[in-house]
Amino acid sequence: MRRVVVTGLGTVSPLACGVEETWTRLLAGQSAARPLVHFDASDLPCRIGCVPPKGDGSGGTYNPDDWMEPKEQRKVDEFIVYAMSAATQALRDASWKPETYEKQTTTGVMIGSGIGGIGGIYDGSITLHEKGPRRLSPFFIPGRLANLASGYVSIEHGLKGPNHSVVTACSTGAHAIGDAARIVALGDAEVMLAGGTESAVNRVGIAGFCACRALSTSYNDTPEKASRPYDKGRDGFVMGEGAAVVVVEALDHALARGAKIYAEIVGYGMSGDAFHITSPSEDGDGAYRCMAAALKRAGMAAADIDYINAHGTSTPLGDEIELRAIERLLGAHGSKVSMSSTKSAVGHLLGAAGALEAIFSILAIRDGVAPPTLNLDNPSVETSIDLVPHVARKRKIDVALSNSFGFGGTNASLIFRRYQ
Amino acid sequence: MSDVAERVKKIVVEHLGVEADKVVASANFIDDLGADSLDTVELVMAFEEEFNVEIPDDAAETIVTVGDAVKFLEKNATA
Repeated sequence: MRRVVVTGLGTVSPLACGVEETWTRLLAGQSAARPLVHFDASDLPCRIGCVPPKGDGSGGTYNPDDWMEPKEQRKVDEFIVYAMSAATQALRDASWKPETYEKQTTTGVMIGSGIGGIGGIYDGSITLHEKGPRRLSPFFIPGRLANLASGYVSIEHGLKGPNHSVVTACSTGAHAIGDAARIVALGDAEVMLAGGTESAVNRVGIAGFCACRALSTSYNDTPEKASRPYDKGRDGFVMGEGAAVVVVEALDHALARGAKIYAEIVGYGMSGDAFHITSPSEDGDGAYRCMAAALKRAGMAAADIDYINAHGTSTPLGDEIELRAIERLLGAHGSKVSMSSTKSAVGHLLGAAGALEAIFSILAIRDGVAPPTLNLDNPSVETSIDLVPHVARKRKIDVALSNSFGFGGTNASLIFRRYQ
Repeated sequence: MSDVAERVKKIVVEHLGVEADKVVASANFIDDLGADSLDTVELVMAFEEEFNVEIPDDAAETIVTVGDAVKFLEKNATA
């Protein structure tokens, strides 16, 4: 199998539109959680969320018109516009502009979404109910399908290689990057745009996650305090939305064109819990096997890991189960590892989470710094692992592992290594 | 320009994102204004809504230019 590297990054995150702006704010300990004001949340138990800051595009704000024609935006849900922005940023960052037939046919797209256009499906259902089938837009279906993020991005940039999409709930972004890396490693493409996108911070999305008791409800007046992984006061996750896309490229291809190389993708593991639709298996065995599989694929030992970007959603059950699985994996090496949950700052971006956290893991390697876990005032458990409370920590990071676990018991782990 | 023509023009500009001066009677939605087959379906829906009229599929197929739309709607509009 061929070696595979990451050569470009792009994001519309709740902290900012743009990778460097997002990273700077993350390291500074900023929280993106805010009261929800763009729809009526007054009767919902959770009234907070993390949404990209809209503006004219300057100062890290997100201006959808910079990334997609307004007349096209009208036809699609926001998750597609987010994906267009993140993908275009990533291609520019990688200086990859496939214009010949050969370059286009060897460049593919694998951008997933946990849910797809749930907001638009809700609106369309109301139109159907109130006005009948003749009033349903011809763009109702193509503007909501989860794989249409990949579709729109491929059309915009003329990418004619493999066109695929992942739908594995909160593991989507990690699975997309791992699967894309395999497509490149096997030689089915030279370059893949891979990642995740989500826009479910709307009335039906928040109400739905409230119904399964997944969201934080005790911090509506202090939203920036709500996402607090590992802390005694945690009571559920804070939902976020946005997109993150990376350029995954064959090492030989990247070297031949003199591309900037961020990191190598060395490990990818997958597992299933076969336990419960929303709860992780109590023994953490699914998480453990997933990380162990990634290590095996990387040909590495647990002692090689420097930094872990945890799934750590800030739910009462999940955080500790993951932590115990990681302690089991690391053994005595645990005391030498730093692990943070960046969901404490950006919230849980569902299908985009794994991709955004992959970017954070890659930048942690690039800059030798572990981003912080915000709001970790009183850890609910003792551990020898450094959970990077409150402030970022400068340290040696050559190898980073990123975990993502999704509803349905679907798990994915990625391992990135400093390229040398 | 008639009132109907003005309203048609506004809808076409909004839905297809084209310059207003390109929306002339002879302009073909697909060949001249960049619409695709789904855009034309949506345009017909927008005309139905604006003019409170039902445009059956066989009639919709005959509306290929801005002028066709204006002519049909001047004859059939109820709003």
